[in-house]
Amino acid sequence: MSSLIKSPKDFWTGVVYFGFGAIAFWIARDYSFGTASRMGAGYFPTVLSGLLMVFGLLALLRGVTRNGKPFGVFAWKQALLIFASTVAFGLLLLRAGLIIALIVLILGSASASSKFRFEWKALLMALGLIVFCVLVFIKGLGLPMPLLGSWFGD
Amino acid sequence: MDVDIFANLWLGLQTAGSFINLFYCLVGVVLGTSIGVLPGLGPVATIAMLLPITFGLPPVSSLIMLAGIFYGAQYGGSTTAILINLPGESSSIVTALDGHEMAKQGRAGKALATAALASFFAGTVTTVLIALFSPPLAEVALKFGPAEYFSLMVLGLVASVVLAHGSLLHALGMIVFGLLLGVVGTDVNSGVARYSFDLPELIDGINFVVVAMGVFGLGEIISNLENESERSLLVKKVTGLMLNKEDFKAIAAPVLRGSLLGSILGILPGGGAMLSSFAAYALEKKVSKNAANFGKGAIEGVAAPEAANNAGAQASFIPMLTLGIPSNPVMALMIGAMIIQGIQPGPSVMVEQPALFWGLVASMWIGNLMLVILNLPLIGLWVKMVSVPYHLLFPAILVFCVIGVFSLANTSFDIYFMAIFGLAGYLFRKLECEPAPMLLGFILGPMMEEFLRRALLLSKGSPMVFITRPISATMLVLAALVMVTVLLPALRKKREEVFVEDD
Repeated sequence: MSSLIKSPKDFWTGVVYFGFGAIAFWIARDYSFGTASRMGAGYFPTVLSGLLMVFGLLALLRGVTRNGKPFGVFAWKQALLIFASTVAFGLLLLRAGLIIALIVLILGSASASSKFRFEWKALLMALGLIVFCVLVFIKGLGLPMPLLGSWFGD
Repeated sequence: MDVDIFANLWLGLQTAGSFINLFYCLVGVVLGTSIGVLPGLGPVATIAMLLPITFGLPPVSSLIMLAGIFYGAQYGGSTTAILINLPGESSSIVTALDGHEMAKQGRAGKALATAALASFFAGTVTTVLIALFSPPLAEVALKFGPAEYFSLMVLGLVASVVLAHGSLLHALGMIVFGLLLGVVGTDVNSGVARYSFDLPELIDGINFVVVAMGVFGLGEIISNLENESERSLLVKKVTGLMLNKEDFKAIAAPVLRGSLLGSILGILPGGGAMLSSFAAYALEKKVSKNAANFGKGAIEGVAAPEAANNAGAQASFIPMLTLGIPSNPVMALMIGAMIIQGIQPGPSVMVEQPALFWGLVASMWIGNLMLVILNLPLIGLWVKMVSVPYHLLFPAILVFCVIGVFSLANTSFDIYFMAIFGLAGYLFRKLECEPAPMLLGFILGPMMEEFLRRALLLSKGSPMVFITRPISATMLVLAALVMVTVLLPALRKKREEVFVEDD
C-alpha cells in the first residue's frame, strides 16, 4: 500500500475531502434542489459537496502520482487526552458540578504534557485556577454553572 | 468633503472618548496584550477566547473592545517574538529575526521600544487612511447588487487562499469545507433544517466561536504539545528602553515605508498583517544602507515589519467595514461578532450607524496610544508573563475555552463540538490544510448562498448575470488571474520561498 501512496498528506487530504463531500452530497438529496432561478434548500449544498468531491479526487490523484513529504509523528496521546478531558468536562459540569469537572479537566489535560509531574506545585496551580473560576465566573459573572451538580442532590 | 471627514472623526472621538468606551478600550488592550504575550497564543485564538465576554456589551463598546484585544494581542505577539523567539502568530516571525538578535545582544529594551513606537506611528497613519478611504469605497459598494457581492466574496476567498501557505488545492478544499459547514442549520427560505441530524442544538447552525476556539484554541494546544521544546528566556529584566537620536534617525524612514506598504497591502482582500510584514522586511533589506546587518540585530529590521504589520492589521478593517468582506480570520471573527450584535456588516453600517463606525475608527487611534503609554512601563510584567512555562499555561487556556464556549448558550453540547473541532483542527494541520480559509468560508457561507439565490432569481436563473455586469465580471476575472498567477511555475517557487520561513 505504501508503494501506491507517494504523497501521504495529499492522499489522506483527498480521502477526507472526498469522504465529507460524498456524505454531504448523499444527505443533500433529501432537500429539494429547485431550479437555478428558484434555488431550493438543496441547491447550494449539492453544488458545494460536488466541488469538494472534485477537489478530493484531485488530491487523491496527486497523492498517488507525485512524491511528497511523509507525515512525521502524530501526537495521538496528547490529542486524545485533550479531547477526552474536554468532553469529560462537558459531561461532568451539570452532573458533578464545576469543581469536580475542573479538577478532571485540569489534571487530565496537564498529563498530556511530558513535563507534567504530579506534585504540590501543580496541585496548587490547579487549586488557584479553580478558586479564580468560581469567583469570576459564578460569583462575578453569574454563569449558570452549579458548584456541585445534580449527583449531589441539589 | 474635507469638512465631512473632520466632522466624522469628531463624532468618532466623541463616541470613543466617552468614559465607558475608553474603559472597554483599555480593558481590551490590556487583556489582548496580556494574553497575546503568552507564548503559543496568536491573535485569532486570543480573540476567540475573549469573544464571549463582549457579547453582553452594547454594540459600539463590544466592537471597540474587540479591536483593542486585536491590536493588543498583535503587540503582545511581537513582545514574545523579541524576548523568546517564539512568535505566537505568523506576522511576528519577521520581527523575531532581528528583534531576537537585538535581545541576545542586550538591546531588548530598544527593540521593544522600537516595536511600540513603530506600531503607534503606523496606527496613526492607518487611522487617517481609513477615515479618508472608507466613505468613497462604501459609496461604490452601496451600488452593488447581489451579483457583485457574490463575485466579491469569491474574489475574497480566492485571494485568501493565495496568501495561505502550502498547497493551493488543499486550501481551496478547506474553503469549500468551511462553506459547507456554514450551511448547517435552518435554511432561511424553506425552513428546512439542513445537516442537523435531528439534533435541536444544530437547528440554529454551528456557532462560529465554537469552530474558532476548537480549531485555533484546542488545535493549537495539541500542535504545541507535539514538540515541547525548552524555550529559554534571555532577558530577566529589560532596561534601556530609551531610543537615542541615532536610533530615531535610523528607524524614521523604515517606519514610514513600512506604514505605507502595510496599509496598501492590508486593504487587499487576503492581505493583512502577515503579508505586510514579510514584504516590508524584504523591501528594507533591498533599500537600507544597513542591509548587511539584517538578521544580525538591525534596528531597521524591527521597525519596518512592525510598522507594516500594524498598518496591515488595521487597514484590513477597511474592506471589513465598508464591504463586509473579511480579509483574514481575525476580520472573520469581527464580522461574526457584528452579526451576533445584530449588525449586518457592509456599506450601510457607515450610513445607518455613523457613531458606531466612526467610534470604532477613532478608538483604533486611542487604543494604539494606550498601547504605547501602557506597554513601556508594564514591560516588566510582560516579561514575567512570557516566562510562564507552557505546560502550566495550556490547562488554564483550556479552562477558559470550555467555560467561554459553555457560556454561549449554557449547554455542554457546544463543548463537545469544540472538542471535535479541536481534533479536526489538529488533523488538518498534520495534513497541511490551513484552517484559516475554512473559517472565512464558514462565516461567508450563509451570505454567499443568499446573494447567489437573489442574483439568480433576478436573472431568471441565468448564470450569465455574473459576467454581463461589469463590476461583477471584473472581480471574477481578478479572481481567475490570481489563481493563474499562483499556478505559474516562477511565481510558485517565489511563493514557496516567502513562506518557507513560516515553518
